Amino acid sequence: MPRLKAGQRHWLHLTLNGKAVEGEAEPRLLLSDFLRYELGATGTHVGCEHGVCGACTVQIDGAPARACLTLAVQMEGAAIRTVEGLAPAPDRLSILQEAFREHHGLQCGFCTPGILMSLDAFLREHRRPNEAALREVLSGHLCRCTGYAPILRAALAAAERLAKEAGDA
Amino acid sequence: MKPAPFDYLRAETLEEALEALHQAGTEARVLAGGQSLLPMLNMRLARPALLVDIMPIAALREVADAAGALRIGAGIRQAALQARPGLARQQPLLAAALPWVGHAQTRSRGTLCGSVAHADPSAEIPLVLVAMGGHVHLRSRRGARRVAAEEFFTGMMATTRAEEEMIEAITLPHAAPDSGHAFREVGRRHGDFAITACAAVVDARSARLAVGGVADRPVARALPLPSDPALEDALEQFAWSLEARDDLHATAAYRRHLVRRLGRAVLEEAAACRA
Repeated sequence: MPRLKAGQRHWLHLTLNGKAVEGEAEPRLLLSDFLRYELGATGTHVGCEHGVCGACTVQIDGAPARACLTLAVQMEGAAIRTVEGLAPAPDRLSILQEAFREHHGLQCGFCTPGILMSLDAFLREHRRPNEAALREVLSGHLCRCTGYAPILRAALAAAERLAKEAGDA
Repeated sequence: MKPAPFDYLRAETLEEALEALHQAGTEARVLAGGQSLLPMLNMRLARPALLVDIMPIAALREVADAAGALRIGAGIRQAALQARPGLARQQPLLAAALPWVGHAQTRSRGTLCGSVAHADPSAEIPLVLVAMGGHVHLRSRRGARRVAAEEFFTGMMATTRAEEEMIEAITLPHAAPDSGHAFREVGRRHGDFAITACAAVVDARSARLAVGGVADRPVARALPLPSDPALEDALEQFAWSLEARDDLHATAAYRRHLVRRLGRAVLEEAAACRA
């Protein structure tokens, strides 16, 4: 393929929360900034911009990843899922989001979108997670409000509810 | 915290990538998973004029058993290798170390070869490569060569890779049938760079300990077996030979302490899991 020139904007085509979208990006534009400024999806938050805090975590082709450690131009043809894609309807929360509300899993909410995207991906693959595994997932995120305990409670409650729904189905 | 401008080339073939690296020389950097390079770009510690993205190259996305060793292509992500069936049997040390590499959210994109190319002195994958006596396979337009891991790492984020060369693969010899392996590290938080990391390989007659995070590169040494009283002095000498330094996270004395204590612990664990 041709070399994308620095300082010029190039068209990208990808899927965001199940919908085909396109936007322009310079090669140096981070996925986090592409989502926020080019696509207007501001639910993804930007914290440290070197991969440590976890606030910008999104799902790339189903796996949680740091949007700040990914170039937008690497995402041609990829399927991205962000916090905007979690709720099943505009007036309904997902099971995981509802558990965060019930268990006070957030205070200021800055870290929440990233944590939700990590936990959503993890709970899809681990139907009956133990607390240690959930702590391991959360170790990739910094939260300065909650002390993590309510987040852990919310995650365990969501896992239980998801398992119950899967059993009922 | 935004990268300086650069051109971006999505290489579809190895030849295309090698040609671009040849043309650009010192101005180019290889981009694979980006989990080490992007922080460097964001902080502008690296300002390449060109990034050559090698992830579309199908030939680099191969993991293969090759003559008693595991060959891991430059496009293989850490999470993908972690999920490989039988990894814990063939490569018990690598399997034990991979969960310590960054976080699940970075292993999903980060590659093994990228971590080796970055050559952080406290990184786990370079440490395992040195502990197992693995090799780095380099390629440029001029040809290919194979470098032993212990010769590849030359200092803090420094390697013998020439400017236009790229890592094509790494190879790790499979665990010998009668050997035991163990890995442990100490850091401030899970996922932080290790203050000290230790990897041990023990069989009936010999023991080998590799240490990361203390010297300017991962260092391996043959040591007496854990049952031998001579181990204590040998660990002491090894700890001092690494020329530990004080930094924000730990003193040199604490690092030497960890080499002695963590070193013995992994050697004993490796010897125990032979049984």
